[in-house]
Amino acid sequence: MKLEPIDRALLAGEHGAAAARAMALLVRYGTACGAERFIAIESAHIDGCLYHGPSSIDFAQRFVDLGGKVRVPTTLNVAAVDVTHPGWHCGPPEVIAQQETLTRLHEQLGCLPTLTCAPYQRMARPRRGEHVAWAESNAIVFINSVLGARTDRYGDFTDLCAALTGRVPLAGLHCDEARWPAVVFDLPSIDVAGLPRDLYFAAVGYVVGRRAPGIVPYLRGLPLDANEDELKALGATGASSGALALFHAEGVTPEAADMPTGGVKAEAISPAETAAAIASLCRAAKGERVAAVCLGTPHYSIDEFAKLARTVEARHRSPETEVYVSTSREIAAAVAEDAAFDALRAFGVHIVVDTCTYLAPVVRQTSGLILTTSGKYAHYGPGNLGRRVALMTLERCIRSAETGVVAAPC
Amino acid sequence: MLIRGHALIEGMASGTLLKLAEPLSLWGGVDLQGGRIVDVSHPQRGAVLAGRLLAMPGSRGSSSSSSALVELARSGHAPAGVITTRADPILTIGALVADDLYGVAIPMLVVSDEAFGKLTDGAVGHLWCEAGEAVLTLPDRGR
Repeated sequence: MKLEPIDRALLAGEHGAAAARAMALLVRYGTACGAERFIAIESAHIDGCLYHGPSSIDFAQRFVDLGGKVRVPTTLNVAAVDVTHPGWHCGPPEVIAQQETLTRLHEQLGCLPTLTCAPYQRMARPRRGEHVAWAESNAIVFINSVLGARTDRYGDFTDLCAALTGRVPLAGLHCDEARWPAVVFDLPSIDVAGLPRDLYFAAVGYVVGRRAPGIVPYLRGLPLDANEDELKALGATGASSGALALFHAEGVTPEAADMPTGGVKAEAISPAETAAAIASLCRAAKGERVAAVCLGTPHYSIDEFAKLARTVEARHRSPETEVYVSTSREIAAAVAEDAAFDALRAFGVHIVVDTCTYLAPVVRQTSGLILTTSGKYAHYGPGNLGRRVALMTLERCIRSAETGVVAAPC
Repeated sequence: MLIRGHALIEGMASGTLLKLAEPLSLWGGVDLQGGRIVDVSHPQRGAVLAGRLLAMPGSRGSSSSSSALVELARSGHAPAGVITTRADPILTIGALVADDLYGVAIPMLVVSDEAFGKLTDGAVGHLWCEAGEAVLTLPDRGR
């Protein structure tokens, strides 16, 4: 790789031993990517702060021992456990201390303990065209597609090395041509798909992820008034079913108008496919017992909390069914202070922070289904938690929570 | 048989080839304490990666697979070497960190699709990766 003066200075240890070590790893990584040079980044979002095993700690500790500090604003993804509500944790108890250690090490490196998979909702919103190094699949697809920022698919280790150096190899989705669509999908409208609006975006994401694994799709026919929460759901589900890292939606996403689509093969997505996607993620029969409703994968926004508050207003939850919503500490604090969200407290909604209920086992009832509005939760939950999960509309989830058994489709 | 390719990670390794029929995500697809494939949808579920020359037709899924490779190295169940058809940045950083943290070398070799097709599951091979060049030697089978 061709190195600029800053790259050579980093390698030579002029910015500290930790940055030198991180840069040496990035040079090898960049060479494997086929990159010719490095570029500067404006921010980083770290996924390696989620505890996987002792090596997670060993890696961060090494940089702390070398006196490392991040060189760009750096946020942290979710942790493996909600350390503010340790009593809710139903997994191995030692994970709490291990996760606390890992989070503290990242704070010592100068990372902000945002502990959210969706810092892009309020705290950190990279601008269009800005190069950044973000990890975690839903965050990657959101900032690339909806904000038009540029990150490649970073993962554990690379994310922290980028933060400690402020550099990444010019490769993948940092490059113009890699962002051009390789396939155009003509989507059914919500009416033609025959799906409720809050399932439509998950369904489209699931099908697109499956049909375009690892390539950039251009979507034609997505509703022009799609909001950020709906695009978040589409991206997160597509990233789960097929590593979707960037999509363009005509008339909706910022780069779509500039994308060359002439000569790109166009394919239709049929209403039967979107219906089949929902059916595959909702294998539940009316009347089955419901252990819990889990919302907020990715983390719930203020708007989603407002919609939930309207939905549960003047209704009563069955004592047999718990309701958990995952979000960031920051949004949870805003909800806690605001009387507009009193209906959530009256309904007995538990707000889980710093983690996500598709990773962290919090549902105490060991029998019964888990219901969710998230395609990502429905995809990963069964494998991660060993539980049966069913995807359905928010209204149907809440109606089921009222009786403790699966309600009929709305 | 002698197969030349491109070395992503330097080192030498000998072992029995485990040639995967389908892509595999190391994260979620492999038991990190035992090195066994646990992905229920994978045709070679139950096969053990530890100490093998792992031939992968592309990788699948999670960017946490780099962590999975490092955890395998830490627990002593990493593959002896890895053979792929495309440079995989996620596995590359995993192998670099495994060496950096635990001194476990996992040489990596990229070969052409054609050469990959000639690999036979269960053959004993020797892998030599140095400064960009790599050679995999395998016994000739009755030809």
